Amino acid sequence: MGTRDCQHICGESSPAVGEAGKTGEWRDSFPVIDQEKCLPVRQNKPSCFLCWLYCPDAVINKTIPIQINMEYCKGCGICAQVCPAHAITMVNEEGFCPNETD
Amino acid sequence: MILVNKKMARKASTWILDGNHAAAQGAKLSRVQVIAAYPITPQSPVTETLSEFVEGGKLDAQYIAVESEHSALAVCTSASMVGARTFTATSSHGLAYMHEMLHWAAGARLPVVLAGVNRAIGAPWNVLNDQQDSISQRDTGWIQIYARNNQEILDSIIQAYKIAESIYVPVMVCYDGYVLSHTEMPVDVPSQEAVDRFLPPYKPHTILDPANPKNYNLVTLANPRINAEGVLCHGYMELRYLLQEALQDSREMIIKVGQEFGELFGRSYANMFWENRLDGADIVIVAMGSLAMEAIVAADMLREAGHKVGVLGLRVFRPFPKADVMKALKKSRLVVIFDKNISYGLEGATCSEIKSALYGSSVRAVIRNFIVGLGGRDVKARELVDAVNKSLLSVKEGDLNKEYPEWICGI
Repeated sequence: MGTRDCQHICGESSPAVGEAGKTGEWRDSFPVIDQEKCLPVRQNKPSCFLCWLYCPDAVINKTIPIQINMEYCKGCGICAQVCPAHAITMVNEEGFCPNETD
Repeated sequence: MILVNKKMARKASTWILDGNHAAAQGAKLSRVQVIAAYPITPQSPVTETLSEFVEGGKLDAQYIAVESEHSALAVCTSASMVGARTFTATSSHGLAYMHEMLHWAAGARLPVVLAGVNRAIGAPWNVLNDQQDSISQRDTGWIQIYARNNQEILDSIIQAYKIAESIYVPVMVCYDGYVLSHTEMPVDVPSQEAVDRFLPPYKPHTILDPANPKNYNLVTLANPRINAEGVLCHGYMELRYLLQEALQDSREMIIKVGQEFGELFGRSYANMFWENRLDGADIVIVAMGSLAMEAIVAADMLREAGHKVGVLGLRVFRPFPKADVMKALKKSRLVVIFDKNISYGLEGATCSEIKSALYGSSVRAVIRNFIVGLGGRDVKARELVDAVNKSLLSVKEGDLNKEYPEWICGI
């Protein structure tokens, strides 16, 4: 079966999680969060969330503690740069990622 | 049908128009909805006239002033994508500046129509006519139609919308700068009612609907892949194939639209090229654009001298009508091809196409290529006659092909 059945005549897709593939595979460093420094955790209420706001891939959840979807996090490090509490550190990927151990 | 024709014909009126005003009238009668263009000699009167139509309330369209030709075509592709019939016009360096967006319009399969007013490209600076500008855009995936006179400019623009919107391929209607763009001649301007009957409203294939959002032409990887809905979708190469397939198959639509136009307006375009006395001709002159009219004068002079000469006036350059050309040249023993362009290091572009069309056929004609009229150099019918006479000498020598073209210039 060829690709004609999709009936597209130009590049076309629907916005969906993973439309561009598992972009987490592009990562060469990953964010590690020091929960003791993270403002929402320290105050135990929704606050700050600048990492969520600035993440260009929308892979950070506004939860307490925040959660990062490592399947799609490309490791750009913007979250670490914008965190006013310096709670996020980028660590070089060395064949493993502690956030994926679950 | 005949009654309709007569009625329609009565409603048309003959105006004295230069090529640029004929193009603007063609766009107006096609009820274009978005116009974005940047002025450049010799195209400027097209955009000036259209902006007057819009400002004067004679054309219900958005005229978007832009800072460059690249932006002009970016506006047109975007507007076309959201369902507007769009028009732009340019020349020379402006067309070169559009190059990237020409690829984009064709790749996104948007039926934009562009009036290309043929002008030489620098260096050195030159504002006069040749066809180097549009020939240089040959491989962008656009259909290219060349007009021989101002009537054909107006008619071709109206037809271009019908062709483009039927098969979702953009169309460039090219005409010679100054020779046509600034030369006035009688042009039959059809009534709006008749054009509306011929040209239905544009139906886009890209539907923007907030309830069913789509991404168009994002990063498309080389291989086919399954999308979020589980459907196997084209990779980059499949989409390129479909564009080639659309152009390969477009001949049928170009002929059909040209025929319908003829039935309604009395001027048939059911052809890929114009034939002038090809029946029984063993010498054929090939030219494209206004030069094809000049060639008829030259052919008449040669006929008076006893030669059996016909003219093949190329109209549709892309898709190139290989099979039709082969058929038309079947009985020729000499084909003299005049090009107002040069593919440096090879020959004139139309010469290469003609030779390619004849490969594998039984035609054993001598082919000669002359480069003429670059940068507005005047081309006299007498010069075409001399070139044919000179080529006739090669027929006797039996030298079918020459590696490089000859130039009619003072070097």
